[in-house]
Amino acid sequence: MRITADRERCASAGMCALTAPGVFDQDDEDGRVVVLNGEPVGGDAADAVDLCPSGALSAADG
Amino acid sequence: MGALSPPTVLGAAVTSLETAAAEDLPDGMPYHRETRHDPPAALLALQDQPLRRMRYYPDGAEGWLVTGHAAARAVLSDPRFIVGERFVRSPTELPHFFVSSSEHVPPGFFFFYDPPDHTRLRRKVTGVFTLNRMRALSARIADIVDERVAALRDAGSGADLVREFALPVPSLVICEMLGVPYADRDDFQRTSNDIFDQSLPVAKRNEASMELFGYVHGLVPAKRAAPGDDLLSTLAADADLTDDEVGGIGMILLLGGHETTANMFGLGTLALLEHPGQLARLRAEPGLMEGAVEELLRYLTVAHAGMMRIVKEDAEIDGRLLRAGEYVTVAPHAVNRDPSRFDRPDELDLGRDAQGHMAFGHGVHQCVGQQLARVEMRIGFAKLLEAFPGLRLAVPPEEVPLRTDMFIYGVDSLPVAW
Ligand code: HEM
Ligand code: HEM
Ligand code: SF4
Repeated sequence: MRITADRERCASAGMCALTAPGVFDQDDEDGRVVVLNGEPVGGDAADAVDLCPSGALSAADG
Repeated sequence: MGALSPPTVLGAAVTSLETAAAEDLPDGMPYHRETRHDPPAALLALQDQPLRRMRYYPDGAEGWLVTGHAAARAVLSDPRFIVGERFVRSPTELPHFFVSSSEHVPPGFFFFYDPPDHTRLRRKVTGVFTLNRMRALSARIADIVDERVAALRDAGSGADLVREFALPVPSLVICEMLGVPYADRDDFQRTSNDIFDQSLPVAKRNEASMELFGYVHGLVPAKRAAPGDDLLSTLAADADLTDDEVGGIGMILLLGGHETTANMFGLGTLALLEHPGQLARLRAEPGLMEGAVEELLRYLTVAHAGMMRIVKEDAEIDGRLLRAGEYVTVAPHAVNRDPSRFDRPDELDLGRDAQGHMAFGHGVHQCVGQQLARVEMRIGFAKLLEAFPGLRLAVPPEEVPLRTDMFIYGVDSLPVAW
């Protein structure tokens, strides 16, 4: 799975970092998403993409 | 905002009357509860249509009610549904909480803004509420919880858990983060209670709003002159923000930061005591706590007044056409009991995966303080249960006073013994 994050849309809710901690983090300045691992395996990252309230995250196969 | 001019939505409301005959149109969102923990039965009965038309108070204009999880997600994540217009109607017959206007919502009170202004203001504070910052704050939160556990014990068996524990814990935490003197808490707890009390006359609630805004606003010059290590000082030093905006941001955090979490503590403790099997399970397996907090958030959904939006441009959701100017209310307590999203939704099951609940909302307004609230609840419930192995109600459950008419649901007091 390949993850992309749109930091302009991000609402800094932290759902991604809560759900898939090794994949996402939040920056120190205004809490926006930082992708730690852009090609994760496992369901947590997919859950995080689904839970993101602002639609900032997307996942593509491969 | 005394002078309410006729809303711009009448045209839309009139054209939609044609569809009214075909449907049985509910008069507003039901709020009368039959049980302490469940949403109103009349509301759950409306779940057969996840998105339906409903009449709004006070003029009976037609709008929409959302009770389904998928439809709620669709509405709350769609920029065609906005908050930054005048709300001149309410989803319930209670005095309108939602009546608001750009004239009286203070600058900076970003809940009533839409992007891009909402984004600009919200990002001034989000850096302070990240998961990492909350982890760093855990030790301090644990100290505060310990102090309140001791205070509850000192108050003796029969003490009110709301007064000794549920209210002070989140108040102390948010005061410290903002740099607001906790000694002033009596004032702002009373004012914030008045703002959220739907049974008070609107004028009284406005007075309370003005008072709270004035209070926070009044702290700003001192914060700028002698900055401390707190959020109000950081905001006061931000050249991009006016004093009014700092006051509004401070007010929204003070309001959001204590009523909600306090009611989760009060009502959550009641729910645990009324589900002894679940409570025993949690005591036996402390590792369940993270999931248990999510399940309590889902099951109790204290923000029960509904999340209101106005349709900015015609939008099709679930095959239905929502017209510009119409009102939409998402009933999060119904959404969190949607059987198509949660198995056996009316059961409190602390072991379930409650992920995806909407107790904190969804979309760009999803709760700013949610990671703080999670940490407070995990630590707070864990220490409370640990300190009082024999915790029980000191009155029959039916005598616990409920906050049915309040913007945030919960209990007014909770006498406990141990
Ligand atoms: C949670 C936020 C708030 C809610 C739900 C709220 C709700 C209301 C309601 C229901 C009204 C009455 C409208 C009417 O007259 O029919 C009102 C008016 C008013 N509000 Fe608020 N309010 C909020 C925040 C504020 C704040 C922060 C301020 C002050 C800085 C404020 C100042 C006023 C004033 C001055 C009026 C009356 C204006 C007039 O009499 O013409 N409100 N508000
Ligand atoms: C268990 C506790 C809490 C619950 C259930 C809760 C619930 C909610 C909900 C449902 C919303 C979205 C409203 C909507 O979209 O119409 C919201 C927004 C908000 N909450 Fe919370 N909240 C809690 C704790 C907190 C705390 C601790 C803070 C502050 C420190 C806070 C500050 C805010 C703010 C500032 C907003 C407005 C966000 C925006 O408009 O962008 N909340 N909350
Ligand atoms: S869940 Fe979405 S909105 Fe929240 S921090 Fe992550 S990317 Fe941003």
